[in-house]
Amino acid sequence: MTQGGCLVVDKGETIAVRTSDDVVRVRQAVRARAIEAGFGIVDQTKLVTAASEIARNTVDYGGGGTLLIEIVREGTRRGVQLTFADNGPGIVDLKAAMTDGYTTGGGLGLGLSGAKRLSNEFSIESVPGKGTTVTLARWKL
Amino acid sequence: MAEIPVLKIGDCLLVSIQVDMHDRLAMELQDDLTNRIVSERARGVMIDISALEIVDSFIGRMLNNIAAMSRVLDAVTVVVGMRPAVAITLVELGLSLTGVRTALNVDKGLALIRKAIDDPGGVLGRR
Amino acid sequence: MAEDHATIIPQLLAENEQTLLRDWMESQKKSGARRGGQISEMELSEASRRLLAALRGGAATGQFADITAPVWDQSRTVLEDASRSHATLGLTPSETATFVFSLKEPLFALLREKLGKDPDRLAHEVWIATMLLDKLGLYTVEAFQKTREDIIRRQQQELLELSTPVVRLWEGILALPLIGTLDSARTQIVMESLLEEIVTSGAEIAIIDITGVPTVDTLVAQHLIKTVAAARLMGADCIISGIRPQIAQTIVHLGLELGVVSKATMADAFALALRQLGKAVVDRGPARQEV
Repeated sequence: MTQGGCLVVDKGETIAVRTSDDVVRVRQAVRARAIEAGFGIVDQTKLVTAASEIARNTVDYGGGGTLLIEIVREGTRRGVQLTFADNGPGIVDLKAAMTDGYTTGGGLGLGLSGAKRLSNEFSIESVPGKGTTVTLARWKL
Repeated sequence: MAEIPVLKIGDCLLVSIQVDMHDRLAMELQDDLTNRIVSERARGVMIDISALEIVDSFIGRMLNNIAAMSRVLDAVTVVVGMRPAVAITLVELGLSLTGVRTALNVDKGLALIRKAIDDPGGVLGRR
Repeated sequence: MAEDHATIIPQLLAENEQTLLRDWMESQKKSGARRGGQISEMELSEASRRLLAALRGGAATGQFADITAPVWDQSRTVLEDASRSHATLGLTPSETATFVFSLKEPLFALLREKLGKDPDRLAHEVWIATMLLDKLGLYTVEAFQKTREDIIRRQQQELLELSTPVVRLWEGILALPLIGTLDSARTQIVMESLLEEIVTSGAEIAIIDITGVPTVDTLVAQHLIKTVAAARLMGADCIISGIRPQIAQTIVHLGLELGVVSKATMADAFALALRQLGKAVVDRGPARQEV
C-alpha cells in the first residue's frame, strides 16, 4: 500500500542550534517528536542520541546552525527526519570524517559515524568554506 | 562550584546525575570530582546515571576521563544504573567505557568498590 | 471531461440532509450493513450523519478529483474511523465499502428528481457523484486493510514477547532460553526483555541458552555479542550455553569471537554462575527416611 515511495511531511519545526544549551533543547524536541511518531523507548533513545551528536558538531565545528525536525510518512510507515544545516567551514575530507575515531577536536571521533549507525537513513553534504548539511531519519517499523 | 551535588560516603564519592547536562556542566563536574578525590582522599567514585535518558559520545568521554583521572589518583570508578535503552544505544554507537566498571545499582556499586579497594590483586597489582 | 465543474451536488446535500440520511439508512439496512445487529442503529446513523456533513464540506469546494486533498480530510477521517471499527469487529471489507456505495441509490434518486428533464446535465452530475463515491468507497477498503495489518502486527509482537520468557533461575541468576531463529526484529525484543529483567530482578548473571537456535551465523553471533555488551555496560555478565558441537565448529570456522564465556549445557553454565556468585551446592549426605 505504498504511495509510490513519496515522502509526506506531516509536521515540521525548526530550532536554532547555536549554544550548548541548544543541544539540550534539541534532545528534548527530538524526544517529543519521536514520542509523537509512536517510537518505542529504544528507537527514541537512538534517535535522540544521534541528534545530540550532530547538534554538538553543528555548535562546535559548524559555527552554529539550524535543525529542522519533521514527522514524515512514506506509504504506511511513519518516521522522524532531522536536517541539520550550518554555514560553517565545512568538512574537507568527508570520507575520513565518517570513520570511527577520526576527530579534529579531541573528541571520541564517533559523532558522524555513530549517528549514522543509529539511523535508518543518513546523508551528508559539505562544501568547504560554505557549510554542511546532515540529514538523518529513523522509521517506526 | 558545580550544580551537581557530590556526596561523600566513607571513602567514596557519590555523584547522582539527575539533569540533562549541557557541556559546561559536564566539564565542571569532571573538574569538581577530580578536585574532591584529592581533597577528600577518596578511594572510590560512584556515578549514578539511572536518571540519564541519553548518554552520547560527549558524556561517554566525560565518564572515561573521570575514570582515567581517578585511576591516576588510585581511586576506582564505578558507573551504576545505566538504563537498558541507553546500553543498547551505546553498543550501537560503538562507544566503549574504558577503565569504567559498571554495576546495576548503588548498593552493588559500593560492594564493587569495596572489593576493588580491599582486594586489588597485590599492593601494586593490576586492576 | 473536466472534473471540477459547477455542480448542484453541494446544494443537494445541504438542502436534503434529512431525506438523504433517511433513505441512505434504508439502503444500508437493505444491504445488511448492520450485520445482524453488531452495529447499533444509533452508531450507523451517527456515522452516516457525520459523513454527509463532511461530504457537504468537501463538495462545496467543487474539487472532486483528488480525495487526498485537505478539503476531503474530514471525510477521510470519518471513513477511517468506520473502517477501523468494522475491522476490529471482524466485518469484511465489502461490508465496509457498502457503507459508502449504498449512498448512491438515494443520491441518484434525488438527482433524477431535480434534473430528470435535462439528461445531459443529469448524466454529468451522476458521473461526478459516482466518481467521488467510488473513490471514497475504495478508500474505506484501504483503510480497512491497514487496520487489519496493524492488528496482525500487534499480534505478532505479542507472540514474539510470549515466546521469549526470561526465567529467574536463582537469586541473581537469569536464564533466557532462546527458541527458533534469531532475526533482527526478534533480537531487539529479546534483548530489551532480558535487559529490563536484569534491572527489575537485580540479577548480575544472565545465561543465554541457544540450544533451541538452529543455526548460528555471523548475524546471529553479532546479535548475541551486542546483547552481551549491553548487559555488561549495565553491570551484568552473560554466559552463553547450549553450544552444540556443530555450532562450536561453525563459530571457529567463521572466525567469530563471542567475547564471553560459553558452555555446552545450561547446567554447566548454572554451576559456573553459582561459583561466580560465591555460592556452592553442598552434599548433605543420604536423604533421611521418614518413618
